[in-house]
Amino acid sequence: MITGAKPIVTARMDHEDSYTIERYLATGGYEGLRKALGMTPEAVHEEVNQASLLGRGGAGFPAGRKWSMLRPAPTTYLVVNGDESEPATFKDHLLIERDPHQIVEGSIIAAYAIGARQAFIFCRGEFALGLERLTRAVEDAYEHGALGENIFGSGFGLDLVVHPGAGAYICGEETALIESLEGKRGFPRIKPPYFPAAIGLYGEPTVVNNVETMSNLPWIVLHGGAAFAALGEGSSAGTRLFALSGRVERPGWYELEMSKTTFRDLIYDPSLGGGIRNGNELKAFIPGGVSAPWFFPEHLDMGLDQDAVGKAGSMLGSGSIVVMDDKTCVVRAAWRISRFFHRESCGQCTPCREGAGWVDKVLRRIEDGFGREEDVDLLLDACDNIAPGLSWPPKQTTICVLGPSIPSSIVSAVDRFRDEFLVHVKDGACPFPPDEVRHAG
Amino acid sequence: MSGLTPENLHKAETIVALYPERRSALIPLCHLAQAQEGYLTEECMEDVALLCGVSAAEVRGTASFYDMLHTEPVGRYVVAVCTNIACMLAGAYSVLTHAEEHLGIRVGQTTHDGLFTLEEAECLAGCDKAVCVQVNHRFFGPVDREGFDRLTGDLASGRLDDEVPHHGVLNRVERTHELEAHRESEGAER
Repeated sequence: MITGAKPIVTARMDHEDSYTIERYLATGGYEGLRKALGMTPEAVHEEVNQASLLGRGGAGFPAGRKWSMLRPAPTTYLVVNGDESEPATFKDHLLIERDPHQIVEGSIIAAYAIGARQAFIFCRGEFALGLERLTRAVEDAYEHGALGENIFGSGFGLDLVVHPGAGAYICGEETALIESLEGKRGFPRIKPPYFPAAIGLYGEPTVVNNVETMSNLPWIVLHGGAAFAALGEGSSAGTRLFALSGRVERPGWYELEMSKTTFRDLIYDPSLGGGIRNGNELKAFIPGGVSAPWFFPEHLDMGLDQDAVGKAGSMLGSGSIVVMDDKTCVVRAAWRISRFFHRESCGQCTPCREGAGWVDKVLRRIEDGFGREEDVDLLLDACDNIAPGLSWPPKQTTICVLGPSIPSSIVSAVDRFRDEFLVHVKDGACPFPPDEVRHAG
Repeated sequence: MSGLTPENLHKAETIVALYPERRSALIPLCHLAQAQEGYLTEECMEDVALLCGVSAAEVRGTASFYDMLHTEPVGRYVVAVCTNIACMLAGAYSVLTHAEEHLGIRVGQTTHDGLFTLEEAECLAGCDKAVCVQVNHRFFGPVDREGFDRLTGDLASGRLDDEVPHHGVLNRVERTHELEAHRESEGAER
């Protein structure tokens, strides 16, 4: 069901100049911060707990609880994760380019709640325009008195630094992001400690929160956590920004009330995805970034709900839905996803570094018509060595979750479409036509 | 080859001052060096090393981890065609093959006139505009075969000079504010 819930993080997007401080102030900007500074940090934290705001980066960990885990220390850092790189995810990109002040305001509110005096926004390096707009927003926020040593005369001081990445998917993993922010290669840190809240940036307790998570905070403070929790259902509270792509008529971003809206609504409703391109049939869809196991037509009536999707054996992850139609070759799709992991593996752990290379090569030779019948089980065997048991959530043999994300697409494709793999082998060629070029409309 | 200009050395110091530890400025300073020279020259990497308090080998070793940092010269325009899942489903490989033929180079190569370097990119977070192409990290899309020819034609003729600066220039908005809330802790470097 498409509900009448008003957008929260995309409320300003109708305005061409949504990224400017003039528009931001004209539409209630920095009012949430003013209200927060009149409350105690504990009271702000409590509102976020009440909101039951789940982190919007991909893991879906409750934001308020993440803050509670901070080790008490004289210095605490806030790091905002804007390194969006999960394939087919483009919501943070939108928020960074189109409403940077909302991120800045949310970050100041979060820093106030956790007692940080310095915060960093780690912005994906490839977002050149986003970096320019974020930098401009931070400059304007200082001029406006929203940053600096005495914010709005409250006595609370904060410095915010926009930090550019340099192109590495793995830096979205929070400990790799911290390493990168320290000027090193983006190698995820060995766990435990499991959370940077114990040992983070420069060894100090650190909260790492996603850009969309931050973007919700001004609204939550202004309207109260209870109003946010009233949207959605159960643990999936609020609205969420979904990124829809692939073979649909209307790919794009859609902010929807969680849980109540279904995958069918998102993909087929004329006001949203508008159905499958060229009137084709739906074959499969990825419900939450390419690390997630695939869903199929029988899952269409499930709500966009973190727990429901998890129980059904996948994840809502980064909130990006990729649609594959009956003209899609699943071998090619699984290969392209595996190739991505191969390219982006940081190389620290053998199962990920070597395993990703194996499945990339085997899938490629099947797609090119040089596969052998036993290759299909070889793929599953390689996946089993990366994440033993091929269960969901996957078992871990590596420092971070990049490795265990590799089997998702392969296992999904083989389980459901083993016959298509075998046709490739038998015919010595891919039975599907090349992907049709989408023309600029 | 040359190192950072006096003006950029000064800018570099103000960037270093934004971080509790000097080494954190390593990637921003690599971007600054690329903005100056188009790629990371040996001399620039040595300057970055001095500024960050690490060896030049550490700078090169770190830079080599990241896709955006180039330790070899590249074209004035680095054209990156995304072929990841959403763009692939929109025909990205046909566009990429066409790009290779049109420019007369393979992925990873630079045209003889030094104008274009072609790259095959991972997801650029522009999936609603698939097939997505970045030129020096400015977004274009959806790009089909004809659109690719128009785009490279516009770049070659200079029609996109305002929108697309030469390779390496990432952020044209300069930060002017030093750390303010942190004044008391200045000089307390580890």
